[in-house]
Amino acid sequence: MTAAATSRASTPATRPGHFETLRLDGVSRSFGGQAALADLDLTIRRGEFIALLGPSGCGKSTALNCLAGLLPLTRGSIWQDETRLDVLPPERRGFGMVFQNYALFPHLPVRKNIAFGLQMRRVPRAEIRRRVDEALRLVHLEEHAGKLPGQLSGGQQQRVAIARAVVLEPSLVLMDEPLSNLDAKLRLEMRTEIRRLHQSLGLTTVYVTHDQEEALSLADRLVVLRAGRVQQIGTPEELHTEPANWHVADFMGYRNLLPVRAGARQGAGITVEIEGQELTGTPVGDPAPGSEVIAGIRPEDLRIGPAGSTGVPATVEVVEYQGREVAVEARTDGGIPLNLRAVDRPAVGDRITVTVEPRRLLVFPADAR
Amino acid sequence: MTAINAATGGARPALRHRLAERGIDRQLLLLIPAALFVLILFIYPFLYGVGLSFQPTEGGALGAYREFFTDAYLRDTILTTLQLSLPAALLNVLASVPIAYRMRGRFRGKRLLTTLLVVPITLGTVLTAQGLLNFLGPTGWFNRTLLSSGLADAPVRLTNNYWGVFFSLVITGFPFAFLLVLSYLSGIDPTLERAAATLGAGRWQRFRRITLPLLAPGLATTFCLTFVLAFSVFPSAVLVGDPSGTTRVMSIAAYDAAYVRYDYPLASAVAVLMGVVELLVIAAVLGWRALLYTGSTAGGKG
Ligand SMILES: Nc1ncnc2c1ncn2[C@@H]1O[C@H](COP(=O)(O)OP(=O)(O)OP(=O)(O)O)[C@@H](O)[C@H]1O
Ligand SMILES: [Mg+2]
Repeated sequence: MTAAATSRASTPATRPGHFETLRLDGVSRSFGGQAALADLDLTIRRGEFIALLGPSGCGKSTALNCLAGLLPLTRGSIWQDETRLDVLPPERRGFGMVFQNYALFPHLPVRKNIAFGLQMRRVPRAEIRRRVDEALRLVHLEEHAGKLPGQLSGGQQQRVAIARAVVLEPSLVLMDEPLSNLDAKLRLEMRTEIRRLHQSLGLTTVYVTHDQEEALSLADRLVVLRAGRVQQIGTPEELHTEPANWHVADFMGYRNLLPVRAGARQGAGITVEIEGQELTGTPVGDPAPGSEVIAGIRPEDLRIGPAGSTGVPATVEVVEYQGREVAVEARTDGGIPLNLRAVDRPAVGDRITVTVEPRRLLVFPADAR
Repeated sequence: MTAINAATGGARPALRHRLAERGIDRQLLLLIPAALFVLILFIYPFLYGVGLSFQPTEGGALGAYREFFTDAYLRDTILTTLQLSLPAALLNVLASVPIAYRMRGRFRGKRLLTTLLVVPITLGTVLTAQGLLNFLGPTGWFNRTLLSSGLADAPVRLTNNYWGVFFSLVITGFPFAFLLVLSYLSGIDPTLERAAATLGAGRWQRFRRITLPLLAPGLATTFCLTFVLAFSVFPSAVLVGDPSGTTRVMSIAAYDAAYVRYDYPLASAVAVLMGVVELLVIAAVLGWRALLYTGSTAGGKG
């Protein structure tokens, strides 16, 4: 009988087993009558990496704090398999959390910071030592074990925060914009690191971010929030190719969102008129013919057509170098700005013809929310 | 020519920069009038008093000190003062912690409650003493209630003795301690306790392992300040105490020496000794504080 086994057996309440599914059922939270999060329904499966994505103030942190037990719910419930979780205080939920500002204990050296949760669970000393060493190795901080958090760089603090959360082998890891304070290069490195940890430790992770690129590259499934409401839940591919409405499209890199009037239905497609050009697009969310609609198209799906081809004529206004391609902002004769990509670098002031692939043009109802 | 200028310019930065490198800011010169004021009003009388204490009419330079330590009636005032001020300061700090801890968040009526707790500061010692006499005195409400309800046969003596002064010190010292502790507590990042909670720490553990260690240096400072306030107690020791017996504190001894016996050197010696005792206590507390973590109380960068 090893020490580890006894500790596991003796403290079942403080060491909740790993779940198969975690279900959020109509989770809502208001502040003084103002809904910060409304009716969040979500089922998280074991081993999943979920990203909560949305603009600032949309309720991402609120959702995470509700999950962690740091904010009481106004309505709804949270179920871990068949156990109701939202009535438990944070210390009994057994989730690990990485805070936006790290929240490292400033008076404890790195090693003690990481050991804190294990000590709270009364894990035997030898095992604490072993697991902390392992966690330190995992985040490459062996040499810094004796330092105080104030003596570390931002990226190192970040890794301590992650180590402190994952050393407990929590059934769920919650991360609130953990990379937002880091510089661009470190952010990319830590992103890979987080995904690596998630896979190698078999974690279940809920990750909050306002960076769509981060969310797309990390997550198995994304939850897009806006003004406290879920806009869409889906895999990165689904969100990327089939955004449910123009707000999601906006977030997913559809930089050209043109308010236009819908024409007639054409089979599965719908026509819109842009600058006198009749274009056929894919309708999303049933836009009515003749109504105000929003035509969404990614910069990379707009191309500069060969001279004399049919398309929208425009004038190049801004050219930005972006490595393999250039980003071009052009303005149509009617004054509509268009963002597109080009391989050959056009000059400012050039007259170009912009063409679009019909399948890539999405048509959303204008008032969708 | 320009090259030479640039070179010398590089070698000799502006005077202001050179001073700044040594931590000297010319604007600090503006402090000179205030410094002079302090010098004239405080340091000169202080040095004068110290000098006076070494010039008694008899017994050589240390005569006044020798007299103080040989006369038990004088010597014991040190113990009397410490017996009053140390427990009072300790109680003030210890009582502030749980109350301030409960009040660190935002809640309805916080401002009213803070105001109520702070009122005793504005009352002053004399008014407090009068209130204590009315309330706790032999014919005060407290004793009348005790007697009429049959809980006691004779009035409980709570004034004109040790307890009267002790209560007065708590009433006037507590608000200071409370305000200080509250401000130290609100300086501690609340997400630290939330982080501890997600790591499995219960209420008591969070306080004990996170908040208390971060608060401890502030508590030491608060203790020193309330101790100094309590140590120089004079009005309440006379008004609600027993100034010739159990609450004969050092300041009373100094007053006696100066205005009853007209022995200024002895009075000065008592005053100097008061300072020395206070400094010893503060040095001990600050020595303990130096062993603690005293850095930032924030949870991370940015
Ligand atoms: N304690 C609070 N009291 C009142 N309103 C609050 C409180 N906390 C959050 N809110 C409101 O709830 C909404 C959602 O806040 P939340 O912190 O969840 O946003 P977020 O999505 O995390 O934003 P960010 O990306 O900027 O962190 C905001 O409109 C905010 O003003
Ligand atoms: Mg947030």
